[in-house]
Amino acid sequence: MSVLKKLNDPQLGRQMVKIVKEQAARVAERLGRAVRLMEVCGTHTMAISSTGLRGLLSGLMELRSGPGCPVCVTAAGDIEQMIAISRVPGVTVATFGDMVRVPGVLSSLERERARGARVQIVYSPADAVALARDNPAREVVFLGVGFETTAPLAALSINEAAQLGLSNFSVYSIHKLVPPVMRALLGAGEARVDGLILPGHVCAVTGSKAFAFIGEEYGIPAVVTGFTMVDILDALHVLLNKMQTGDSRVVNGYRWVVRDEGNLQAQGAIKDCFYPGDAIWRGFGVINNSGLFIKEHLARYDAMRKFGLDTLERVGGLDLPMPEVDSVGGAGQCASCNESPRDPMGSLSVAGGFVSDGGAVTQPVGIAGGKMEAVGNRFTVDDAAEPRGCRCGELLRGIITPPDCALFGRKCTPASPVGPCMVSSEGACAAYYRYGATTTLVPGVERLKG
Amino acid sequence: MSVVLLAHGDGGLLTRELVDGLFLKYFNNPLLQQLSDAAVFNSPGGRMAMTTDAFVVDPIFFPGGDIGKLAVCGTINDLAVSGARPRYITASFTIEEGFALADLEKVVASMAEACTEAGVDVVAGDTKVVPRGHLDKLFITTTGVGMVPEKLDWGYHRPVPGDVVLVNGSLGNHGLTILAARENLGLDGALASDCAPLNNTINLLQKHCSGIKMMRDLTRGGLATAAKEIAEGCGLDIRLREYALPIDAAVRGAAEILGLDPLYLANEGKFLVIIDPAQVTKALDILKQSSYGRDSQVIGQICAGSGNVYLQTPLGGTKILGLLAGQPLPRIC
Repeated sequence: MSVLKKLNDPQLGRQMVKIVKEQAARVAERLGRAVRLMEVCGTHTMAISSTGLRGLLSGLMELRSGPGCPVCVTAAGDIEQMIAISRVPGVTVATFGDMVRVPGVLSSLERERARGARVQIVYSPADAVALARDNPAREVVFLGVGFETTAPLAALSINEAAQLGLSNFSVYSIHKLVPPVMRALLGAGEARVDGLILPGHVCAVTGSKAFAFIGEEYGIPAVVTGFTMVDILDALHVLLNKMQTGDSRVVNGYRWVVRDEGNLQAQGAIKDCFYPGDAIWRGFGVINNSGLFIKEHLARYDAMRKFGLDTLERVGGLDLPMPEVDSVGGAGQCASCNESPRDPMGSLSVAGGFVSDGGAVTQPVGIAGGKMEAVGNRFTVDDAAEPRGCRCGELLRGIITPPDCALFGRKCTPASPVGPCMVSSEGACAAYYRYGATTTLVPGVERLKG
Repeated sequence: MSVVLLAHGDGGLLTRELVDGLFLKYFNNPLLQQLSDAAVFNSPGGRMAMTTDAFVVDPIFFPGGDIGKLAVCGTINDLAVSGARPRYITASFTIEEGFALADLEKVVASMAEACTEAGVDVVAGDTKVVPRGHLDKLFITTTGVGMVPEKLDWGYHRPVPGDVVLVNGSLGNHGLTILAARENLGLDGALASDCAPLNNTINLLQKHCSGIKMMRDLTRGGLATAAKEIAEGCGLDIRLREYALPIDAAVRGAAEILGLDPLYLANEGKFLVIIDPAQVTKALDILKQSSYGRDSQVIGQICAGSGNVYLQTPLGGTKILGLLAGQPLPRIC
């Protein structure tokens, strides 16, 4: 049997489920509650839901989702800025599919496309470069959304655009780094997880060493793993073992893909093109050095500079701390004002007079709705402009599961999403909605004739 | 201001909202209310079925077919899964100024070939040309009529708990082929559309199996959406077994890479049959010897319930399948 077949072998999977359930029962009995693990990566979230594993382990183990869906952690302000860019005459926005339907404050790229904006779904940054090459009269702006996995590809696309001598290609980089958000998450102490399933794809670039701090500083066991059911079950087995032995060193359980030191070539591509800076994350606020921004020498490919948009660094940072959690008043409530935490956003509308030689756009049209406070060329928007009742922020911090949100499956569905976690194919709400948030098992299919 | 989104045409939740909230509001009548693949009605000459469909596929030529073959097969299949023997179709062409005549001829020849295989004639048509840039190359609308055997009784009222669910072959081929061709994903060679006229296969099955309760073709929204619509229409549950679903390795691999679910991808040569368990073996024998049923499989069962579709995973877990919500989009990480 090939390795890949073995990793998807149902018989092996069922044997492993039995072992993991027995293990989880022992650990849960010792803890006096269900084991609580977090899968950081959105692809793991979807894999866990699609295999029915969540339901199988129900009552013994709770698998919470983390901030590892790049679409979900994109701040509403960044989405509004993308929408503003899409409205500029002569601009084609090239984006990965999931970003098209994510609601900003008032609109989405999907709605803008229906109103006439040129929004093109691409499957890689290289497709966006080809789009720019084939449409020299249009400015193609690639929305650079993703983690360490996709940032090297965006870097390579900038190199390719430079080699082709394109002046009509730029990247709006809101790429983000996973280790800083994990520090923010664990440092806040809200999620209270017993162990972590780390993202195999991200670790293929960063290396497993980049996450060694989780065990060293927070004493929480963590396993890097792949995405088949056997990979995930193996990670659960290892984590439960570690919980029993008290060993919290990070384990690389994905050795055929992930090296301890990571992919040095990909890391080099990131370093050549981007510098780390402060970035706003949905649900977290500003996290220091957690974003990737285009370096000065590649400014002509930086949509932020081309469109006159400021990074936090250029406006001297914003005072947008993580909300304090009132342990009595409910998760995610701001202790001081008893309101839901703000989802800070920076927003600038631009229109008309687009200058394709890299000149800044100087005609802001403003976005209606929500009180906006300007800080340089960024804005914060008050809570009134945020979707009322949306708890994506708490979900991303591992405090709640999708069914805990009153909007889930009622006002917020994939057809009419309120928050990004329902839109993204990697989002926890989409996974729960699509595959059912079943906590009890439905009796199996009876033996069929024929 | 509310506007029409692309997702309103994907056959999923938004399409349903549009049909229920707008079209049924103005066109309300008992035949349309059934929202089936084709309307079945009595006429002086016997029971008839009628259906219409617009074809706007991009690209117009793709591995396994083209817009012309699709326009004939799509309409014929809607009639066939309604129990009708397709007889005549009409074809309306809306063409962009500047479209190559040679390409138009290829499309029309392909339509003729599909008509010959299916045994139907194009008996009326229309041609409109619009200025360059006003539409994308070529749209075709076909309308079909067929005769329904007098005693045939298929529909949502027929399935009962214990009935078996069959499908006539691999799932997701058409949807993934179109996506790969449209986006130049470099998956050529491994993928081809399953576009085919199914009426001869279905009519053969209908002739020899009286235990068929209903059929559906699995176009937009794929198997999952069709199963959900049937479950809701019947007021019963459907339980499917994931390991029994026929999915080609090429489709499974490509869908996995792109983060798509083959169960929600469109097919153009696949149908689902709900049949009395006593006739399953016979039905499979007939299908496996037919042109478009060699990979037919039993995939699940009708159970008492309230309109849910459950998918039993190889691990023994269960997940719930709903309607397609939004266009299937590729993963980003």
